[in-house]
Parts: sequence; structure tokens; C-alpha cells
Amino acid sequence: MTQSVVAPRGARPGTRKRANANQRRQHRAAYLFVAPFLLVFVLMLLVPLFYSGYLSLFATRLVGGSQFAWFANYIRAFTDADFLAGVGRMGLFLIIQVPIMLVLALFLALAIDSGRARGAGAIRLLVFLPYAVPGVVATLMWGYLYGQDFGPIAQVFRALGFGAPNLLSASSILGSIMNIVTWEFVGYNMIIMYAALRSIPSELFEAAEIDGAGQFRIAWSIKIPAIRPAIMLTVIFSIIGTFQLFNEPSLLKGLAPNVIDNAFTPNYYAYNLAFINQDVNYAAAIAFLLGIVIAIVSYVVQLSTQRREAKAS
Amino acid sequence: MRKNAPRTAVALGTGLLAVTLVLSGCTASSGGGGGSATKTVSQADIDKAMSTPTTLNFWTWVPDIKNEVALFEKKYPDIKVNVENVGQGAPHYQKIRTAVKAGKGAPDVVQMEYQYISSFNVTGNLLDLAPYGASKLSDEYTPWVWNQVKRGDAVYGIPQDAGPMGNLYRKDILAKAGVTKAPETWDEYAADAKLVKEKTGSYMSDLASSQAGQMLGLLWQAGVKPFGYDGDKGVTVDVNGAKAKEVAAYWQKLIQAGYVSTDPDFTDSWYQGLASGKYAGWLTAAWGPVFLQGTAAKTSGKWEAAPLPQYEAGQSVSGNWGGSSDAVLKTSKNPIAAYELAKFINNDAESTLDFANKQFLFPTSTKTLESTEFTDQKAPFYGGQQVNKLFAGISGTVDTKFEWLPYMDYAYSSYNETMGKALAAKGDLSAGLDAWQKSLVDYGTQQGFSVNK
Repeated sequence: MTQSVVAPRGARPGTRKRANANQRRQHRAAYLFVAPFLLVFVLMLLVPLFYSGYLSLFATRLVGGSQFAWFANYIRAFTDADFLAGVGRMGLFLIIQVPIMLVLALFLALAIDSGRARGAGAIRLLVFLPYAVPGVVATLMWGYLYGQDFGPIAQVFRALGFGAPNLLSASSILGSIMNIVTWEFVGYNMIIMYAALRSIPSELFEAAEIDGAGQFRIAWSIKIPAIRPAIMLTVIFSIIGTFQLFNEPSLLKGLAPNVIDNAFTPNYYAYNLAFINQDVNYAAAIAFLLGIVIAIVSYVVQLSTQRREAKAS
Repeated sequence: MRKNAPRTAVALGTGLLAVTLVLSGCTASSGGGGGSATKTVSQADIDKAMSTPTTLNFWTWVPDIKNEVALFEKKYPDIKVNVENVGQGAPHYQKIRTAVKAGKGAPDVVQMEYQYISSFNVTGNLLDLAPYGASKLSDEYTPWVWNQVKRGDAVYGIPQDAGPMGNLYRKDILAKAGVTKAPETWDEYAADAKLVKEKTGSYMSDLASSQAGQMLGLLWQAGVKPFGYDGDKGVTVDVNGAKAKEVAAYWQKLIQAGYVSTDPDFTDSWYQGLASGKYAGWLTAAWGPVFLQGTAAKTSGKWEAAPLPQYEAGQSVSGNWGGSSDAVLKTSKNPIAAYELAKFINNDAESTLDFANKQFLFPTSTKTLESTEFTDQKAPFYGGQQVNKLFAGISGTVDTKFEWLPYMDYAYSSYNETMGKALAAKGDLSAGLDAWQKSLVDYGTQQGFSVNK
């Protein structure tokens, strides 16, 4: 990575030796700079990763101890209705929640960027604020808002003469969680898109305006295509975040213990397998499979947009 | 990654989920140490151990337990005790397991609810306290409680508190419905529930869909023996036997008629329900009366305590819900001092009376149960009733033989997904028990137990 930048082009034979020494010194410096990160990366990520990969190949029972089991845990996962249901649930979450959140974020980013909305600074801050609220606190707060007896939402419904909706029932819990996650992360995604919008050269807009393009046309034909990489970034982040959903279901479980089961999300399932079922090995296998699922979905999404780009050009 | 990372950090920061995310903390090595065959410890050994400067670590969630520990430290000035609260219930046990598996950082003495003793014995984590003198204490505790901590000749914990079950109810609400005395049989209870609902709109009580402990206490009272464990490979699972199904059918009728609710307990809305009269009663354990005082303070004076309704008129039988012992982990380097700590705080007259009167732990030591300092207290919240005396009486009526599975973590959690689901849906409770049975048998088999259905 570093060398193409440093390599002196067309160096004369006489200076070559010196250049090499120079180059070597710079390489050494580069590695030194990278070393702290690399050390932490290896110790905190790669080692645990390999260790859990190793663990996932064993089967431990409360009676009978630990045995090498090859890929038995993985095979078990593929026929585990609970795990598959969790992955399916997150797939549904992805298809519904992520587009809503990102379209909302994009709309807000464009609105603030257009400079037409008054108090854009305040709006930007307000939309971003939920992201600054810790996820745990946010979930507890929403849990209270959703409460069927004493929650404000239920009270409003009752005051209007309707029955109070049960927002924590089996049929509505996924929507309730989508709402929390959207509330939490719209601002975050908006900031990423907004930052990208700020970096588009303004000559483009001026030229478009002279050609008679309206704000919507500018947004659609210039701004959105220009920030496509940023949008892709938010999409990938959201995919990963969705499949790793954990805090929200684990905290809402106290309020809806029979609705959120142990395998509600794959991540939560892995945690429960390790700490309630005491099956660390199977939990490790689930965690690995989850990683693979995320990698595949992210890759497919990225690939499909790249193809579209290739076609478009 | 990015989207999730800050959330992870937050969770760690609050400490609520600290252990949950540090998956690397759970390693695979098999738990427990070999545990040398211990001979009976002599008085000389004990004296030596208690006069050697030692530091003990003690994990418990009992509030203000430092006061009782201070009594111990005063008696044995060479022993220093670090008390740590690492969480209540499930998180506490998860941290013990993690520490034991990690091979270091485990405490010497741990709080251990009765139902978890088998779950830690199956992995060989608990020290048999009999050689240290625990078997001599058997006469000093309520017999059914002692049965909870012993297995054969071995003793795995010193009883701290218990939860014999009774019935707390709103006298005023029942009176409004024309019910002037506590129901003595379950038939009366059902009839009263109908009156209460029709006349006042309150639920007679809440049979929480998230509370396996409450249901097991009621099954315990009915004489159901849902679990068994032989200490080795053999477990018995029988949560859907004929008797258990009779109990389930009884409640199903009340729930489907709308007389009894099934809201999850220990949630904000449940607390408010107790305070607002949404529930006219609570079938709870001996730790319930004081807990309720804090939860529904503004209804003070309107409550009354009574024994559980009975299946046959004239009987008096109860079950148990909750309660803890203090156990010593096998990994402890100072087993003698650790045992003496567990024993002292739960056996010394001053310490046990403090537990009962200051921390409101329902006593297990017969001496304390008989002490007038405990029983004669009048509770203004219950209109001046001697609630302690009532529950001390109930304690003697708890069925003495009730066992647990060596995998109660799983049993409780799967209850929520089977029986709890049926309760929440106000559906077929018999099918709920069948589903619970199946999941307990499947898990047991998969974990290598020979399951006796």
C-alpha cells in the first residue's frame, strides 16, 4: 500500500542505493505506525475469532464432557428451526426497516442540504440527538411508551375512545422494534449522507440551475448519484446492524417475556445458547454462521449495485 | 460494524450486559476441580484457619449484608471479607460459571438459590460442607429447607432464607365484593374471584406468564413432583402429569373467565397494577409482604395476609417460591474459613435475627422462627397483623420433598416459551405443560442425561 506512494519515479542509477535505504526506513516507520492497531486487531479480533472457530468444532455436554465433532454444530444449525426463524425475522426486518430508515435519512439530508428549510441547524441536531441516547436507555424509554396500561400511547388511544393497542404483542413486536431502531439511527445515517452532500462541488448545481433544472431534478439527477458511495455505506452498515440486533430484544424481553423468545434474533440466540443452555460450542457455530450470512448479504447487495452502475455508464 | 459498535460500547458501559457481550470470556475448559477426598476437619484445623490472616470473596445480592459480615469479622479479626454484588439471579449465576470456567477470579462463598444447587453440582462446582461440620447443623433448620441443601450425606449450602407461599390480598376490595374472609379452599377462591371481578372489576390475582417460580410453588403445594435428579446422570421430568394438569385446568378456567390476569410480573406496569388495585391479591412467598410494602406504599393498611387456599377443606399445605443458601465453591483456597463464614452469618443468633428483622429475609433457622422478636412484630401495612407469625406457621406446612433439575437455567427460560406463552395467550395450559415437558426432555437427552419421563 505504502510503497507506490513513496517510490521515487525515474530515479537515476546513482541515487538508487540511497533511495532504497530511504524507502526501507519509511517502510519501517509505516509498520511502526500500524503496529499498535495490528497488535490490538490480532489480540482482540483474530485470536478470539480463531478460538471461537475452534470451539465451534466441539460438542460439550453437561454429562459426558467435550468431544471433537467436526461440523456437527453447523449441520445442526441448518436444521434448527429456531435459528432459521431468527434469520428469517431479521431478513424481514432488513427488507422493511432499512429502506424506511434510509429513505427518511436521505430525505432529511437533502432537505437540510438544500438550505431552504429554516432552522436547519437545529433540525440536524434534533434528528441526530436520538443517536446520542444510549441504546439501552432508548429501549427502556420506548418500553415505557409502549406500555399497555400506563404508557402514554395507550392513554392517548383511550382518551380518544379507542381500545389501547398492544404494541408488545406477538404480531406487533417486530414493528415496535423497527420503530425504535429507526428512531435511533435515522440521525446517524443522515449525518453520513449530509457530509457527502456537502462535498459535491457547487459548480454542478450552478450549471444545472442555468440549464433550468429545479431542486427536485438537481436532487434526483446530481445529488443522489453523487453520494451513492455514502448511501451504499449506510446500507452495508444497516445490514450488519440488523443481523446483529441484540439490545432491543434483550431489554424488551422483560416487558414481553413470552413474545420475545430466546431465538428472536440470531445474535440473541447465540448469547442465550452460551449462557442459558450452557452450550458454548453451538453458540460459537451460530455466531460464525451469522457472520457468514452477513458477509453474503452485504456482498450480494454491493455486487448488485456495482452491476447497475456498470450498466448505467 | 460501525452501526453496532457504539451500541456495544454503551451496553458495556452500563454494565447491564457486560458479561453478555464478552463472549471471549467463556472458555471451553470443563468446570470444577477434582476436589480431594476430604476427611472430617478437626477443631484444631478450624482454629488454625480462623487465626490465619485470610481474605475471602463473597458474591451475593442481599442488600446490606455487610452488617452481618461485620459481625463475622468482629468475631474472627484475622479474616477479611470482600462482599460483591455481581447481579441478581441469572447474571449472578452466569458470572459464577464464567469465573469457574476461566479458572480464576471465582469467589469463595456464593449466594445460591435452592433450585440452582443441582445445576452447579452437575458441573462439580460446589464443595461438600459435611466434612467441615455442616451435617451437625441439620436440626437447626426447618426440615424441608434442609432437604433442599443436602443430597445423601453431602451438604451443599447453609440455608439463608426461604419463601413459603401465602396469599396477600386487598381486604377492602374483597369486602366491596362481599367477601369478608380469606378463601380457605381453591373452590372458594374461584367463587370469590368471580364476585371480585363482577363487583369491582379487579383481577383476583395475577398468575404471571413469566414466572415459573410461582407456578412451581403452586405445583409444589399440590404435591406434584415435577423434577428429580439422582446426582449423576439420571433426571426425572414430569411437569405434565395428571396432578399438574389438574392445577393447570383450574387456572385455565379462571384465566379464560377473566378473573385472573397473566401479566408478566416485576415490570413497571405490574407494580402499578398492584398499587392501583388492578390486582386484588398476590399469591406470593414469605418475602412478598415486605416487598409489597415498598411497591404499593400508598395502599398501606388495606392488605391482609393469609395462607394459600387448600385443595381439601381443613388441610394446611403450602409450597415454596424462592430463598437462598450460601455455598462454598470447590475452587476456594480457604474452604474452612469460607465454610465458617457461610455458617456464621446464617447460624449466629444475632446475625440471623438481623437478616430477618432488618433485611426481611424470611428465616430458615428454627431458633429465629420461634423468636418472639421476630414473630410478634406487627405490620401496619397489613393493618397491624402479625404477618411473620403467620408465615412462620406456613413454613411448617411446606411439603418436605421437592427436587430440581440440574439445568434450571434452561428450565425457567423454556417455561417462558412454552407454558408462559400459553398463559399469555390465555390458551390451552395443558398443551403448554406438554410443550414444556417436551423441551425439558429434549434438552436433557441432548446434554447426555438419561431422562426418566
